[in-house]
Amino acid sequence: MDVVVVNLLGVGLIVAIVWYFWLSSSEGAAAAVTSAGMQETHIVVKGGYSPDTINLRAGMPVRLVFDRQEADPCSERVVIDAFGVSAELPTGEETIVEFTPDVAGEYEFACQMGMLRGKLVVT
Amino acid sequence: MTLRDPVCGMDVDESGLRADGFDDLAFCAQGCLEAFQEDPSKFMTAAAVPAGALPVAVGVGAPSFAEAPPDTVHLSIEGMTCASCVATIEKTLKATDGVLDARVNFASQEAQIDVAPGRADIESELTAAVVSAGYGAAPIGDGQDEDAEATARDSHYRTLLKKFWFAALVAIPVMYFSYPELFPGIPEKGSTELNLIWGAMALLTLPVLLWSGSQFFTGAWAAFKHRSANMHTLIATGITAAWLYSTVALLFPDFFPEERLRDVFFDVTAVVTALVVLGMALEVRARARTSEALKKLIGLQAKTARVIRDGQEADVPIESVVVGDLIVVRPGEKIPVDGEVVSGSSTIDESMVTGEPIPVEKTEGTVVIGATINKTGSFRFRATRVGADTMLAQIIAMVRDAQGSKAPIQRTVDKVAGFFVPAVMIIAVATFMMWYTVGPEPALLYAVITAVTVLVIACPCALGLATPTSLMVGIGKGAENGILIKSGDALELAHRITTVVLDKTGTVTRGEPMLTDVIVYGADSEDEVLRLAASAERASEHPLGEAIVTGAADRGLELIDPDEFEAMPGHGISALVRGRRVVLGNLKFMADRGVAAGAAEELLAQLADLGKTAIVIGIDGELSGVVAVADPVKTDSIAAIARMHEIGLEVVMLTGDNVRTANAIAAQVGLDRVFAEVLPEDKAAQVKQLQAEGKIVAMVGDGINDAPALAQADVGMAMGTGTDVAMESGDVTLIKGSLTGIVTAIELSRATMRNVRQNLVGAFAYNTLGIPIAAGLLYPFFGLLLSPLLAGAAMAFSSVTVVSNANRLRSWRPTLAKGVG
Repeated sequence: MDVVVVNLLGVGLIVAIVWYFWLSSSEGAAAAVTSAGMQETHIVVKGGYSPDTINLRAGMPVRLVFDRQEADPCSERVVIDAFGVSAELPTGEETIVEFTPDVAGEYEFACQMGMLRGKLVVT
Repeated sequence: MTLRDPVCGMDVDESGLRADGFDDLAFCAQGCLEAFQEDPSKFMTAAAVPAGALPVAVGVGAPSFAEAPPDTVHLSIEGMTCASCVATIEKTLKATDGVLDARVNFASQEAQIDVAPGRADIESELTAAVVSAGYGAAPIGDGQDEDAEATARDSHYRTLLKKFWFAALVAIPVMYFSYPELFPGIPEKGSTELNLIWGAMALLTLPVLLWSGSQFFTGAWAAFKHRSANMHTLIATGITAAWLYSTVALLFPDFFPEERLRDVFFDVTAVVTALVVLGMALEVRARARTSEALKKLIGLQAKTARVIRDGQEADVPIESVVVGDLIVVRPGEKIPVDGEVVSGSSTIDESMVTGEPIPVEKTEGTVVIGATINKTGSFRFRATRVGADTMLAQIIAMVRDAQGSKAPIQRTVDKVAGFFVPAVMIIAVATFMMWYTVGPEPALLYAVITAVTVLVIACPCALGLATPTSLMVGIGKGAENGILIKSGDALELAHRITTVVLDKTGTVTRGEPMLTDVIVYGADSEDEVLRLAASAERASEHPLGEAIVTGAADRGLELIDPDEFEAMPGHGISALVRGRRVVLGNLKFMADRGVAAGAAEELLAQLADLGKTAIVIGIDGELSGVVAVADPVKTDSIAAIARMHEIGLEVVMLTGDNVRTANAIAAQVGLDRVFAEVLPEDKAAQVKQLQAEGKIVAMVGDGINDAPALAQADVGMAMGTGTDVAMESGDVTLIKGSLTGIVTAIELSRATMRNVRQNLVGAFAYNTLGIPIAAGLLYPFFGLLLSPLLAGAAMAFSSVTVVSNANRLRSWRPTLAKGVG
């Protein structure tokens, strides 16, 4: 009896892991547009990127302000491969990254090891 | 009614934040209020300024009263509490004498101030102005970020070490009392005494879990919120499961009907935490070393320069040196910025920038590079590039960017890394189910141990670290040897190169014609013939003529101004020097001028076969000599090409020159294939042609005409001695401008990629073997089960191993002795 219960719980846990980590996705934050016509978003870097999904418009310059609040070396650099961005993020400082996405699509940004990830959704 | 925020000058509604005792003031934000309350007197004068007087617009265009581009001063600003502090500081800065424009960035807490050219020395005045406005300010030096980063890293390391020692101290007694069967003097299992001891262990390991292991929980939670999982998730789950099971077994033995199930694993919690934290600490240390090359480069920058201003020599900070400044350098001193020698001469050690160990001679008109060391003489030079424009600053920026870029191989690894941790969690759950369902008794105990072991042994870090750390060391190593690799892509591609295409002029050869031979026919001495020929050519502007003049000057011959000069373009020249009629030109020209030169015919053919241009000299109607001019092969080209053959590369030359000259050079340096008479616009097509043959092509060139071919090639290598356009189009810059750099770049790429492969194979093998063993795969066959303690040790040292392996690259040396040239 308890074998069945344990196995059912186990399967349920596996399904939950698959759903939570792979299938679901977060809503995403829209970037604010500044008076200078920049799409600006403040991203806190601490064990991950908050927000980790950023909605952007194509053809308008983007400014991402990365605010790294930890000394863990895992997050010491952010790489946005699609836009050739690779920036060092000193601890306790805000680092500005600017580029202009011209083509709509989903672009990933990540730490240099690819463990911390975020997504830019350009429409 | 609106009131004025005295701190930032913003108009605020009276319903905003207020300070007691100051009825006529309101504050836009808590930050401004706090700043005011700290020292109200600081802001009371500013408050007297009428409302609305402050400009709100950010980044107002600079008035263009200065013709030269303005200099920029950077200050870091402290104490900005809201966005409108920006306006206050900008206004203050703009009101300072000499300031053209000021921009304050709230996000980066920095001010960028454009000052009139040559006024960068007002930095201290600007700082004072900002301070008087109630904020903190400090000039930003280039090294500061690195220092702050190093400090943060250092304190992170020390905290980890403290956590390790605590966990390790707790682990020792906990280990001892966990095995009553193994160690003597421990009360019997099931006895009240042992239960009490175990209870104490539960309490003792709790701070290990919660303090020593705190980063696992914060890291896991932060990742969890972002729907991702990492090493912290696995460790946190593992050590918590071990502690919880043990505590429940101790407090509620009735939960477990079987006596055998009432076991505790407090040792797992303590030992795994201690080991993994130690591993993290060692990794922080090892990773700091991977960026050593960059730190070395930054450390090369000079701090001060001795500038002549108003006729006085003065030591000024490097930041305030401007283009056009006259700078004095004495023996043993560092050259502060890039420039051109105006007077004096010296030899300079440029090895730190070019990798070239032999000091280079510098005289009037030659270019000097900032951060290089003056050896023997004193000289003055005019600054041509300062600040971020200097060669060193550009090298630093390039290395920094390249180190963070990704190699294509890593993109594949990234995809795996994204799935790795959740997959391990699923395997852990499945392992638990398997052991619980079909495992031997006590099934629950085995299920918990194996699941925890799986969680603890998996190491996504080793996988993630494998490529970037090696890349970082490799690119840094390149910079140390005068090779700038622009991206991870270039570094990875370079190890697959099969064919190296060399441009001739300026790449294989020096790029400037030089006098190579003087052959005498008549009674005049060699020096006399050359002296007369060079004197005649003095008025000529032909490059061949210049080579003869330079050649004569190099031999220390004194030249005379010709009394009469006549040039026949395409044929030759005729001049009267000290009463002697000197004619220089080809055979036809000699015949025209009545000089019988038939005797030289055979020699001329020989010289042409060697790729040299020969000029016949007639003096007073007689054949007197022949001089030969050629663009000589760089001294180290032959050795470099030989080495390229040794490492299995095909070497091809591409040139616009004629077939005869091209073949002569090719024979001299030992090339496999030559494409001569190639028009500049066809160079890229020629590279494409080679690629169509299935070759991975590296193009090496220096000129603007090489740029398309550099871009077309799989890896474009630009000579650092060449044009900026070429360097921009290339993926690799060989600062020294020698072909040995190509060999070094390819060897470095091969060494780095070998290192990356070792790391990846190691990390993959570790995980693919470790996880099944941890899950108990060997148990049915050999009765072997991995201890979670061993799993923790293996995990902790796998990532350290990867980083240490990458650090091995630091001892890499190019095979071609740098002193060949």
